[in-house]
Amino acid sequence: MKEYRLLSTSGILGYGYAEESLKIGMERQPHVIGADAGSTDPGPFYLGNGTSFTSRLAVKRDLRLMLIAARAAKIPCIIGTSGGAGGEPHLEWQAEIVREIAREEKLSFKMALIHAEPDREDLVARAAAGLTRPLANMPELDADRIRRAKRIVAMMGPEPFIKALDAGAEVILAGRSSDPAQWAAAAIRAGMDPAPSWYAGKMLECGAEPTTPKEPDCLLVTIKDDYLICEPPNPIRRCTPLSVANFALHENSSPIHHVEPGGLLDTSKVSFDIETERAVRVSGMTWTPRPYTVKLEGVELAGFRAITICGTRDPVLISQIDSYLDTHRTKVQAKAAAFGVPADSYTMVVRTYGKDGVMADWEPIKQITSHELGFVIEVVAQDQDTANAVIAMARTSMLHADFPGRLCKEGNMAFPFSPSDIELGPMYQFSVFHTLAPKDPCELFPIEYETVRN
Amino acid sequence: MPKIREIAQICKSKNAGPFLVTIDILFEDPARYRAVKATGVITEALFAKLYGVKESDVLLTPYDSANAFKATLPRQVPAGGIGDTDVYGAQQHAPLLDVEVPINL
Repeated sequence: MKEYRLLSTSGILGYGYAEESLKIGMERQPHVIGADAGSTDPGPFYLGNGTSFTSRLAVKRDLRLMLIAARAAKIPCIIGTSGGAGGEPHLEWQAEIVREIAREEKLSFKMALIHAEPDREDLVARAAAGLTRPLANMPELDADRIRRAKRIVAMMGPEPFIKALDAGAEVILAGRSSDPAQWAAAAIRAGMDPAPSWYAGKMLECGAEPTTPKEPDCLLVTIKDDYLICEPPNPIRRCTPLSVANFALHENSSPIHHVEPGGLLDTSKVSFDIETERAVRVSGMTWTPRPYTVKLEGVELAGFRAITICGTRDPVLISQIDSYLDTHRTKVQAKAAAFGVPADSYTMVVRTYGKDGVMADWEPIKQITSHELGFVIEVVAQDQDTANAVIAMARTSMLHADFPGRLCKEGNMAFPFSPSDIELGPMYQFSVFHTLAPKDPCELFPIEYETVRN
Repeated sequence: MPKIREIAQICKSKNAGPFLVTIDILFEDPARYRAVKATGVITEALFAKLYGVKESDVLLTPYDSANAFKATLPRQVPAGGIGDTDVYGAQQHAPLLDVEVPINL
């Protein structure tokens, strides 16, 4: 019976894990270790801004221990979706941290950087040739949409990872990659069946999330023939059929069909069985090859944003909050128009915590009993100065507007901060969410090799 | 009649990409899951009513392997867009907790 062991250190590189978990995991002699570093989950800003949603300090800590362990055991260390969003600045940021650790720890290795930010004019040509399809009710991808995006990444499948491993890469930093691809790649290359290999990738993409208690930490997955076993190295955690089943539903629109580059993972007949007190066996998945597509993700600038945060404890105001906010909007409009900013040149949204600040229109409870309400006012405009000017007026109007029966004549709101207005800078929105059919799974993902010697 | 919060072990929501939110209800005991499924309470219509969305916008999949129901809805605002209240989509499950299910415990 063939067996392949993979160790994922954390849900996201930089979310942390117990050092002891890595040590225990390494004692099981994994064939590969790694972590997924990214997600679209923190929203469009990070892809647009070229920065990570994790801190450099935390990422460096997580990576340092992994690189030392991987070099000592002479196994590959693979990082997917580098820098959180997998664009060029993200990949370079990740590589610089790796080089710094290598210098500090006197590590030497062959590193592969797999790029995932395709050339714009090449994308324009492919879209014009009818090779792209919209996802999620997006419009068709056209030249204008491609050129106006701040950044577009393509999501690689396993093939570029396999190519880098074949070339002898010992540390692989990938740009945007499908979450399970880095794991499926290593297992498939070792000759394992694609179905459990892809499923293993789905289990490993978020570290110890398929365990209980569920917190960022390590997960070991062992693939054997047509099934896999999930087990956390950390003795305080265990995998149960419920904890693994829970994670099997994670972030997918369908629990039974998972579309991946080059195929469909069907999990409708999967079974979750107790292997040991701390390990679960998953079996019954199937993999059906399909025409190869990769996903494109892109964001465009939507404006510039400023916010302010305040709260009220006044029962008279709380009892008429809807009409108060309507009046507030009208007053802000008039005052902004007076300094030359018409109502159609900005968008203002007021979130009311204690009422419907979390669910907005989906909130089923319409009658509130809160003794205090919190507000986050957001203004988005085409430039920062306009957003700042409108938020400043929105803040003063919120504080000082009159209302029927008002007793609190010095001010309606408690502002917790000075400065009270917070400039959030550029705001991005997802503008590209399409598939692209490449001729070759590697052609969009050039690999650069670097010999790191210390 | 027991409520979902009293009989399910997990009830949660999360983004499924930036344009969808997905809501899961899981049961540890397969018999209880089957009993809940047999009541026919958990339907597209239930989600449509609770969230004020169109029934045709709800993709509901009972997943027997995991003793789970999964419902996926289009987000009100794409993640991180103007007026979004929940970038991760992690706090959209609560209306389900008090849904009553006619089963005997």
